[in-house]
Amino acid sequence: MSSLIASTSRRVFDFHGGIHPSEHKSDSNQTTISRAPIPPELILPVQQHIGKPAIITVAVGDKVLKGQRIAQADGFVSTHVHAPTSGTIVDIGDRPIPHPSGMTELCVILAPDSEDKWCELEPEEHYENLSIEAIQSKVRAAGIAGMGGAGFPTDIKLQPPQQDKVATLILNAAECEPYITADDRLMRERADEIVKGIEIIAYALQPGECLIGIEDNKPEAVAALNSAVKGTRIEVVVVPTKYPSGGEKQLIKLLTDKEVPSGKIPADIGIVCQNVATAAAVYRAVRFGEPLISRITTLTGQQFNQAGNVEVLLGTPISWLLENYGYQPSNPERLILGGPMMGYALHDRDTPVIKTTNCILAPANDELPLSDPAQACIRCGLCADACPAELLPQQLYWFARAQEHEKAEHHNLFDCIECGACSYVCPSSIPLVHYYRHAKSEIKQQRLDHEKSDRARIRFEARVERLEREQAEKEAKRQARADAAAKAQAEKALAAKNEENKDAMPANSGVDPKQAAIEAALARKSTVQQDKTSSPAELKEAWGKAQAKLDKMLDALDNAKENAPEQVEKLTRAVEKNQVRVNQAKQSYEKSQSENAATPSTAINSNAAPALSQADISQLETNLAKAEAKLANMSDSLTQAKQDQPELVEKLERAVAKNKVRVQAANQALLDARATLKQEEG
Amino acid sequence: MSLITTAILALAALAIAFGALLGFAAIRFRVEGNPLVDQIDGILPQTQCGQCGHPGCRPYAEGIANGEDINKCPPGGESTIQALADLLDVEPMALDAEHGEETVKKVAIIREDECIGCTKCIQACPVDAILGAAKHMHTVIESECTGCDLCVEPCPVDCIDMVPVDAGLAGWKWNSPSQSNIIATDAQPFKSISAA
Repeated sequence: MSSLIASTSRRVFDFHGGIHPSEHKSDSNQTTISRAPIPPELILPVQQHIGKPAIITVAVGDKVLKGQRIAQADGFVSTHVHAPTSGTIVDIGDRPIPHPSGMTELCVILAPDSEDKWCELEPEEHYENLSIEAIQSKVRAAGIAGMGGAGFPTDIKLQPPQQDKVATLILNAAECEPYITADDRLMRERADEIVKGIEIIAYALQPGECLIGIEDNKPEAVAALNSAVKGTRIEVVVVPTKYPSGGEKQLIKLLTDKEVPSGKIPADIGIVCQNVATAAAVYRAVRFGEPLISRITTLTGQQFNQAGNVEVLLGTPISWLLENYGYQPSNPERLILGGPMMGYALHDRDTPVIKTTNCILAPANDELPLSDPAQACIRCGLCADACPAELLPQQLYWFARAQEHEKAEHHNLFDCIECGACSYVCPSSIPLVHYYRHAKSEIKQQRLDHEKSDRARIRFEARVERLEREQAEKEAKRQARADAAAKAQAEKALAAKNEENKDAMPANSGVDPKQAAIEAALARKSTVQQDKTSSPAELKEAWGKAQAKLDKMLDALDNAKENAPEQVEKLTRAVEKNQVRVNQAKQSYEKSQSENAATPSTAINSNAAPALSQADISQLETNLAKAEAKLANMSDSLTQAKQDQPELVEKLERAVAKNKVRVQAANQALLDARATLKQEEG
Repeated sequence: MSLITTAILALAALAIAFGALLGFAAIRFRVEGNPLVDQIDGILPQTQCGQCGHPGCRPYAEGIANGEDINKCPPGGESTIQALADLLDVEPMALDAEHGEETVKKVAIIREDECIGCTKCIQACPVDAILGAAKHMHTVIESECTGCDLCVEPCPVDCIDMVPVDAGLAGWKWNSPSQSNIIATDAQPFKSISAA
């Protein structure tokens, strides 16, 4: 008793509100923890914790050993799942899980082989030999999730906050909820394991102080803990019994007088809370390498013949526990998972025990009556007095009922810990917590919807932008093509004009040097031409050149008629002028021809002429061959296009027709040249 | 007389001064775009389904800002109409049945072995939530699908189904507590909680 007095010397603070429901602790805490035998079938949900479901790593038919990992944590906030005993995986499928919804979730079904053979473990006698990271990874490997009820992955809570140190490590041993005595019995029987677990957690977190908060209705547990903490820095703090002192934020307030700000977690104010059962599991994980495969569950309520605490393998079906632990259903049959304040009705008895199942409560009706039908709120304000989070439950009720979620949020609905104190004190038996839970899930859903609609908006806008960009790019490409074509036309026209200028030989002396240079060049050329006028062969060449240029120009004109109507006029003019030029060249050639015939002195020249004509003919022959080859090529691609690319056929047909004309012209030119040659030779 | 002149001058001076101030404020604190359209767009569900007759939610938001009725959005349903009525301070009205009915949230699923890879649905999807290439199987990115229904019609082989969203455990919500049994004597004889 002296130790008890010593441990209460520390000042204990108080939190607002709270209630004193009848405890019913002694129903189940009189007997020692019994170990449940291995059931014929184990149902292991992949989600036994807060966070993402684990990913199954075994297949149906696999043999597994006790402690072997069967599902792997998916991401940071998740935990592994292990086989609680050796056996065979007989099924993987959806089974009912302990959840207020009564829904099903993916489970691994294990048929035990009764050998209960461990897989290889990695025990470590002295945790001091391990690094902090090694301890975290051992805890993670053991798949430990908070065993007080929330099921938050423990390894995450072992990572100290980055900026500041952990000032206080609190072990939550309050177990304030009526009926439940799992932690109480654990502390009485395995206090040393708990204390060693705390030491390991403290080693990882390096807190300034380390407290165990426990309610004064568990004197045996306090005594056991006090003897176990002797010689350590750990302090046992006894707090007065009041529901919900075991709430994380409430216990922090009791022990440190600090409040966790709204929307924050205890780590934000340098406090870490762990449950006692979690501490024991951490010890077993580090010392023996044992994963979390069993837990202590309270079976209580008057429908059980003998209430007590049982250490059950995770995955044990509740129906099997009921059968083996003297469950005598009375009317109405009621089964509650968890305690009377925060628990929820069990929908399906084949639901398994999971990492967070701390109690199975089967009360008789006179023991824990069903709540009366709700009546109108009389605004008595008792709920506000009882609320441990200092909220206004009445206001929240009105807002939740009227679906005024925004106002409910403004009244800090999300700070509600759903302890049920307000519903407990409500004289109108209004299921207040149910309203809050409904409002909370509605708001969460709305937030999710909003998030999704924001994403959809971004995607939609991105798509619209993309389509516009693609359209603009297409337009730009089309414009570029049109510009290039127009430029080519303009260049051709310019070239034609230059030719024209060459012929016209503008008399006016231009002022700019470029013009002057062009004129000089033209003048040079014309003198050269004049010098050579005596040679009929050269005159003929000039005529041929002019003719070719004219042909080219005519082509350009045709082209322009199709593509660039604005160029047609210019080109027509140029063509007319060139025609004149060609005629001139022809005339001067014919003139020189006749002169040559008249003047014998130019006999040498006339002898030379056939030689040149011979060269001309061979040139013309190659031209013809080339044009024919091109035509053949074009006809081929036309036939192919007819099969594959109908949109190109028209264009190609035009091109082929044009080429045919060219071939004919080349042929004609060749025949003419041959005729001329014959005539000359003759 | 001088009193009246003074008064007029003083008022004129004040008018000029405040006019200048307001003019400056109008330029300095100019709001780009129409914030009301953004607010309305924020309320609309962004399914981009076009059931309202506009090509997307934003055009409808612009329509509403220009005085169009607020009851043309079936995916948003009553709650959206209520929110719009609150925002615009108008009377909430019933959903216009002409534009469709409020249904459960759906998501498009492509029966992949029937897909011929025509890409028509990809072009129809307003949020680019369908993946695939020409002559290759297409699939819907479920998390991004708004359930707008626009991909169903263009599919030449009818291999797209609209199925109700099954969010599983994560999507489960606490039901609303029954508000019927206000008087104790109206209470129903209670049912057994666990029907084993």
